[in-house]
Amino acid sequence: MATTHYIGQPTSRVDGRAKVTGQAKYAAEFNAPGLLHGVVVSSAIAKGKITHLDANEALQLEGVLQVFSHQNRPDLAWLDLSYKDMTAPGGSPFRPFYDEKILFNQQPVALVVAETFELARYAATLVRVQYESEEPTTSLEANLDDLYTPVSFKLGYQKPKSRGDFKAAFDQATTRIESEYYHGAEHHNPMEMHASTVFYEENGSLTIYDKTQGVLNSQHYVSMVFGLSKKNVRVLSPFVGGAFGSGLRPQYQLFMAVLAALELKRSVKVVLTRQQMFSFGHRPVTMQQVAIGATFDGKLEAIRHAAYSETSTFEDYVENIVNWSGMMYSCPNVEQEYKLVQLDMYTPLDMRSPGAATGVHALECAMDELAYKLNIDPLELRLRNYAEEEPSEEKPFSSKALRECYQQGAERFGWANRNPEPRSTKDGTALIGWGMATGMWDAMQMPTRATATLTSDGKLTVGSATADIGTGTYTIMTQIAAEMLGLPLENVTAQLGDSSLPLAFVEGGSATAASVGTAVTYVCEKIQKKLLKLAQAANNSPFAKAKLKDVTFSEGYLRLRSDATVAVSLTELMQQNSINTLEEKATALPKLLKQSKYARNTHSAVFVEVRVDEALGSILVTRVVSAIAAGRILNPKTARSQILGGVVWGISMALEEDTFMDHTYGRFMNHNLAEYHVAVNADIRDIDVIFVEEQDTIASPIGVKGVGEIGLVGVSAAVANAIFHATGKRVRDLPITLDKLL
Amino acid sequence: MMEENEAPQLTEDEKKLFEDLMPEDLDEILDTGVNRRHFLKLLTLTGGGLLAYQAAAAEQVLTRPLSLPPEALPPSTLENAVDLSLRINGTSQKLTVDSRMTLLDTLRERLGLTGSKKGCDHGQCGACTVLVDGRRVLSCLTLAASCEGQSVKTIEGIAQGNTLHPMQQAFLKHDGFQCGFCTPGQICSAVAVLDEAQKGEASYVTGPVRLKAGAKPSPVRLSEEEIRERMSGNLCRCGAYPNIVAAIREVQSGKPVEQTWNFVG
Repeated sequence: MATTHYIGQPTSRVDGRAKVTGQAKYAAEFNAPGLLHGVVVSSAIAKGKITHLDANEALQLEGVLQVFSHQNRPDLAWLDLSYKDMTAPGGSPFRPFYDEKILFNQQPVALVVAETFELARYAATLVRVQYESEEPTTSLEANLDDLYTPVSFKLGYQKPKSRGDFKAAFDQATTRIESEYYHGAEHHNPMEMHASTVFYEENGSLTIYDKTQGVLNSQHYVSMVFGLSKKNVRVLSPFVGGAFGSGLRPQYQLFMAVLAALELKRSVKVVLTRQQMFSFGHRPVTMQQVAIGATFDGKLEAIRHAAYSETSTFEDYVENIVNWSGMMYSCPNVEQEYKLVQLDMYTPLDMRSPGAATGVHALECAMDELAYKLNIDPLELRLRNYAEEEPSEEKPFSSKALRECYQQGAERFGWANRNPEPRSTKDGTALIGWGMATGMWDAMQMPTRATATLTSDGKLTVGSATADIGTGTYTIMTQIAAEMLGLPLENVTAQLGDSSLPLAFVEGGSATAASVGTAVTYVCEKIQKKLLKLAQAANNSPFAKAKLKDVTFSEGYLRLRSDATVAVSLTELMQQNSINTLEEKATALPKLLKQSKYARNTHSAVFVEVRVDEALGSILVTRVVSAIAAGRILNPKTARSQILGGVVWGISMALEEDTFMDHTYGRFMNHNLAEYHVAVNADIRDIDVIFVEEQDTIASPIGVKGVGEIGLVGVSAAVANAIFHATGKRVRDLPITLDKLL
Repeated sequence: MMEENEAPQLTEDEKKLFEDLMPEDLDEILDTGVNRRHFLKLLTLTGGGLLAYQAAAAEQVLTRPLSLPPEALPPSTLENAVDLSLRINGTSQKLTVDSRMTLLDTLRERLGLTGSKKGCDHGQCGACTVLVDGRRVLSCLTLAASCEGQSVKTIEGIAQGNTLHPMQQAFLKHDGFQCGFCTPGQICSAVAVLDEAQKGEASYVTGPVRLKAGAKPSPVRLSEEEIRERMSGNLCRCGAYPNIVAAIREVQSGKPVEQTWNFVG
């Protein structure tokens, strides 16, 4: 890919027109005559059992077809394994309507199915449920005696790894800090509420529009739980209204819509309410302890990072929280601990930058505290401990342009002009503070398959069962394919979000661009080879001796690299050979052996300015510079949007987001968008994004490392550090609300 | 009498698309409109990758709201049914709705206008914003029955035929969205904001608003701060706020606003 007509260009989203005209259709937006509406009834208690469930009053209404619950559930799969989706952590997955037991508040206890939504919603209020309630245990802080070390397996989870002798090194260190950090629960809250529309086809097969980050995961789950052949379950999600992790696991609305469709032999739609969006997984509450010992000139000698977090009573949710402290800085002695407490709540769920969002926050706040104790500039402290190679595995990085990120970010921000003294900068009644932090995430490539079909009119279709949750997958697939075959963008169609397309993993972990992008590249390469063969078959072909590397594809022509005037149009080539379509499939597997010799990560340096009203304690983030090293950037317009989004999430996490648990009832209290605060337009000011490109074909053959998470990691720490600089007050609990500054 | 159920008029492009893809069904389509069977067949023929299509014609057909025959809704399931006539995107509509039905659900479930989104159903997120008689309202908090005689404009009616509204163009250019779910509400709000500012309607951050008796308010200049304030009723969880502000500034000022990202190294 020497020429770059499309790759690296700021192409507007190819699905953008559909989105700005309201034509893009999401899971709840497919209709058919006679489509039924399902409304979920949620448990009012957190622990105990249902003693009586009476649906008679609801069922007497004309137009109410059925009320499903544990009382009339048909026989379904009984092995835990059948309920395990591809991203499930260890344990026994929750089974909706399994029995009378209540495991968490807002557990779905019934589904009312009726001819109209209004009727179903009303009928749901008539379902009488009586419970025998037990006192729920929902507080992490109050139950630290019950901590245990999880032995869970989960995709992407790595056990913490200690090295050296922390205790001895820490005791000898000339400068020491020890701090504790806490952050409350957060909920994903994508704008689109979870929904599934199940079409019951004439032959009994199901066509399902589901809100998911992986159609194959939903298909797998439905086929296992309901004992259906995958042939008879097609899952589609052409558009996903945000997910941020909430669509990694099939959620219970899918189960319910399928159950109702199969039982009633009708098409059914189930949409959760915003309140119910707080009922199936969250970023867990975590308490962290960080201790750092350093020499007088700021060389790290010892780091201890412990995290205590929560999970449900039925699954061990695990994430990489403390691991980052062993990877980010050069330090010989590192001790890590990660423990959980089982509580009466739903299993937590990966939420954008899981583990790193919180773990790196604690480490990067602690680094700032150390910098102040040592009287060293926070950026300088990080440079003095720069990890040239990955210290926990002692492997070289496949690429790491973090030093350039620090430098470029600092320069753009004006970091050199910073007076380190807290409370030193004022503007009227406002205190101004500058803070910075480092971010780190994994660069992953997952096995992925793709198809490509080129027709003799010069139209190319590429497909893979991946997702576009707003990330821009449609667009980068189109760009790569157009580049590879030298076709105009409008001649290329990208297909995704359909379980009938070839294998792709759930969209998550920032792996999609590298994985799907490589598969599309490979499949287009196969088409290139076929086209070259066709060109070589002609009499006296000028391409007779050419290899693939000797030719280029541009403006619809196959050309000799050495002489671009020697060219043949792709459409003519196919028509001359009476070929209507060329079809290929390709599988892109990561080169595991090569990759295993390197640490593969993305990095960032983030600089933040805050403005704190001294009298009111109100905080505004006025300026952010985020410098990102994430390999090759396929599309700076959509990649920048990913980073902007990550920064907005970081600001929101630092200052606003908190789901409060009422421990008496074991219930999240602020389960709506008025009381669960997310950043709004007025909370966000200037955000400057810098991409420091890296050449890295180890992380993925196309040089892509992924940008979905890295924009968020470290932002909340930079905000907290800036608030300390502004006010002199070190707030170690997130979110930092104004009451904590007064 | 129920215009929502009339056969759709196919454009020449659309007709050609059906001729190409499903010639055997063309007569039926011209006669009775696109039904679910045609739709699913189209999906199959196009491999299900609906909407990645750049071809405008294909996009329109694949995304055309499916018409629902009136018998799909047994009248007995409607509570205190209300006869309603109103204009939606310039077309008069007469329909009978459940008295509990919101304007949002009427648009989405009865008229196939799913561009207006349900993000919370409680007036907390702005995704359902539409224009009623020119003013932005939250359609999830508006009962359909209260819209008798009113004129409703949704995201589907913002463009002039195939020509996008300048606000839609600007959102596209500035990537003022990611997942696209809040976008219809954002765009309807943004269009209304321009109008509100033109009429001199003040926001929380507008400077002195005291007027001399009888004087008319003068238009408010939309600073970035004004735009942010006035757009804060529309949540965007993807965090596209800086791009949304850039798009609105561009439309308001008529001058191109530059994107800022930088490549180094």
